[in-house]
Amino acid sequence: MFFGTIVYALINSVILALMAIGFNLTFGISGVANFAHGAFYILSAYATWMLLNFAGLPFFVSAIISILLTTLFGALIYRFVLLRVRGQALSEVIATFGIGLAILELFRYLGFVGFEYTLPVFIDKSFMIAGTYVDMQRILVVIVGAVLVLALWLFTHYTAIGLAFRGIAQDERTALSLGINSDRIATLSVSLGAGLAAVAATIIIPLGSIAPSEGYDVLIKSLAVCIIGGLGSTGGVIAASFLIGFAERFTDSYISSHWTMIVSLAAILIVLAFKPSGFFGKQKELEERI
Amino acid sequence: MNATPLLIVTDLSKHFGGVKAVNRVSFELKEGELLGFIGPNGSGKTTIVNLITGFVKPSAGNVVYRGQEVTALAPHKRVLLGMSRTFQMVKPFYQLPAFKNMIIPLYSSRVKNMVGGKYGDRDAMALDLLEEVGFERDARVAYKVASVLPQGYLKRLELAKAIALQPDLLILDELFSGLSLAEVASIVPIIEKLRLEGKTIIMIEHRLRELFRIADRVIVLNYGKKIADGNPVDVMESDAVKKAYLGSE
Amino acid sequence: MENAKLNSKGLKKRRKERIDRGIKVRSNDIFAVCSWREMLYLSCPRLIPTVGILLLPLVLGVYWQKVYLSVAVFALLAISWDILAQTGMISLGQALFFGMGAYLSGIANHYWGISPFFTLPFATLFGGLICTLVLLPVLRLRGIYFSMVTLIIPLMLVRVIEATRIFGGTEGISGMAALPSKWLELYLISAALLGALFGFRRLMDSDYGLVLKGIRDNDRSVINAGINIYQFKAQALFFASSVGAFAGAFMTHVYMFVGMPVFALDYSILPIAAAVVGGPGTLAGATLGAFILVPLSEILRGIGGLRIVFYGLFLVIFIVALPEGIFHYIQRKYHHFERWVEMDR
Repeated sequence: MFFGTIVYALINSVILALMAIGFNLTFGISGVANFAHGAFYILSAYATWMLLNFAGLPFFVSAIISILLTTLFGALIYRFVLLRVRGQALSEVIATFGIGLAILELFRYLGFVGFEYTLPVFIDKSFMIAGTYVDMQRILVVIVGAVLVLALWLFTHYTAIGLAFRGIAQDERTALSLGINSDRIATLSVSLGAGLAAVAATIIIPLGSIAPSEGYDVLIKSLAVCIIGGLGSTGGVIAASFLIGFAERFTDSYISSHWTMIVSLAAILIVLAFKPSGFFGKQKELEERI
Repeated sequence: MNATPLLIVTDLSKHFGGVKAVNRVSFELKEGELLGFIGPNGSGKTTIVNLITGFVKPSAGNVVYRGQEVTALAPHKRVLLGMSRTFQMVKPFYQLPAFKNMIIPLYSSRVKNMVGGKYGDRDAMALDLLEEVGFERDARVAYKVASVLPQGYLKRLELAKAIALQPDLLILDELFSGLSLAEVASIVPIIEKLRLEGKTIIMIEHRLRELFRIADRVIVLNYGKKIADGNPVDVMESDAVKKAYLGSE
Repeated sequence: MENAKLNSKGLKKRRKERIDRGIKVRSNDIFAVCSWREMLYLSCPRLIPTVGILLLPLVLGVYWQKVYLSVAVFALLAISWDILAQTGMISLGQALFFGMGAYLSGIANHYWGISPFFTLPFATLFGGLICTLVLLPVLRLRGIYFSMVTLIIPLMLVRVIEATRIFGGTEGISGMAALPSKWLELYLISAALLGALFGFRRLMDSDYGLVLKGIRDNDRSVINAGINIYQFKAQALFFASSVGAFAGAFMTHVYMFVGMPVFALDYSILPIAAAVVGGPGTLAGATLGAFILVPLSEILRGIGGLRIVFYGLFLVIFIVALPEGIFHYIQRKYHHFERWVEMDR
């Protein structure tokens, strides 16, 4: 049971990281907290489903189109809504929150709930690893997740553009004075975050089914990971995902599945009490506003 | 006058990632002095002020104020000890009249006794203070909403807010920037009056001619390092300073 | 406000000028006591809602009285949200305060047998205290953390209660004592609403309120005045969470039940929508918003989940296009009139 738990804990951690990475990136680059993150996730899943079932397109094609559409949607949301309220924290939060709400509840109202709403797995196979059955899809999740997260980490830490993004996040005014178009970067960040949410959905949804409530769950989990790991830090997302992922799985195996949420909540409260800005969060406080 | 320096800054440093914004700066400030901080853009002047006033935590070094180690002290506590500053980017509450902008400093516990306790008349005090910095009482300038006031008045408002706290150490960050010669000329007497009252003042400035008329002493910064410290005339003769201002791009 | 416009001939320019109404100028300061008209002009905005709220329970039928209770409760939650928003904290989790108060009064009544007269103040005070303590660490961080934490904690609490089955789990605690009479219910909440509305409005208009708003607009400036902004933020948080906790405790005794749903998203969303639609930055606007949205949602009950879609859309539309809200619009029309004026140049 022990090794089985470890395997599933690993999978769980990567799932959490995949979910959170989009939200974290958007905020990290442009300071926009996209509370419609969960909605984008579900939106892309439904889009893939509709292309698959209504248009009869093959899964791979549907997924790609859906990811692109979601990315575009993110850009449009920024261009037409967020742009007008840029800089006013109150309005930004409420605008994204309202959009996310409207999208998720619209799907719920239109009745997109049920077991038939699911996406197919890529390859239908199982393996025996360390004494437990692990299906191919979950292995795929780990591979894609690890590659994506690693790629993002390398991108933001070692490439010129990635470092530029981080520079902008740290000091927008200086960035502006260097001629970097802040709005274009912000549009990019929102669409990238949306795209990442779509990728995550494409890989993860086949493990279960699509439901609007899942959108809220994704948002909660992403926020939890970012709070514990520290907003804006890719390393923080990784660390926090593993912490929560392992804690949840071990609680589930050895104590009871009922306690998993308590563990997450306790983790958040402890982090808030001892290091509020998260593991790798930079305790910027007043600095960044000068 | 007290012989112990009011402010002692030792090896103060601040690193932002790889950039050394402030690099081992040390100096002492005696009570009643008017010290000028000058240097090219980006030389770390505002950062030093932020470090002294506590808005930014130093990477190394310490700050001693009135014999007390304040390096780790929260900024609002330093204000309560007698430090006060103006901000380079003036940001008043635009939709409020000028005198209402003064209410918040006057709410501070440091001036509670002055105002007459918790329920004292802050409005009257605000009007008095504004008059001291040149808001003409007859023209009722103090009642005008901040959004209609020109930059000269906004700078004076900023100054009034800092003075309201009865500081012993007053730090002015580019007070003269954006002002016409006439406006500067009208503010200088106010600063001179503050000096006569015994206040110690640090001024960060780009406008050297105006600064040199009133400063006792000048420190020159370049790339975060102190390259000169002395009276204005000697400092401007120094080769290092000439190179910094003219030689570097 | 000036909108420069070219008229059809393209020659002369006009702009819109906003001028105080005559009666506003005449009722300025001491001159208001000159005549009844001026005094009415000043007192109407305050009298009408007060009298209205006090009379409403008497004229409504039983069904609408229950709706009125909801309106008042959501108005309180909206006021609580607005107090935080004016201090620069955007709460996405009013349900946290509401649920905390609800459970505290439920527990006190059900397990300890305390009567509603004491559970209400107990839940208000301790609800406010607990919520403030939990959120205290977040006050030092960037504002977005406050929104994030207030969003997820109540949602997590729902799942925790469901999973651990404490305090009645999914079934909740029922069979609570009710308040002695229906009229007491109605007038208690009306008194609370009026008290919160006028009391906190007074507070926010005072110099103390100016400090809070200062913290939102320019907190460095406030720090520079030697004020400990975290202390003030904590105080504002305590006020707001106590108001929310009272609302929750009250509802527990009205429905004689408390369960997981008290931490649900609905209690977080509607107050924000009410405040945004009614006019953020004024407690009267938040109240007005509640008086509009709650009965509306009652009437539209038939369309089910679509309501929340509308709340979401309202939120976005109002915050982007009409940020001043309905109340400010009314206020503007009441105090000023606008006309087109030709520009000379």
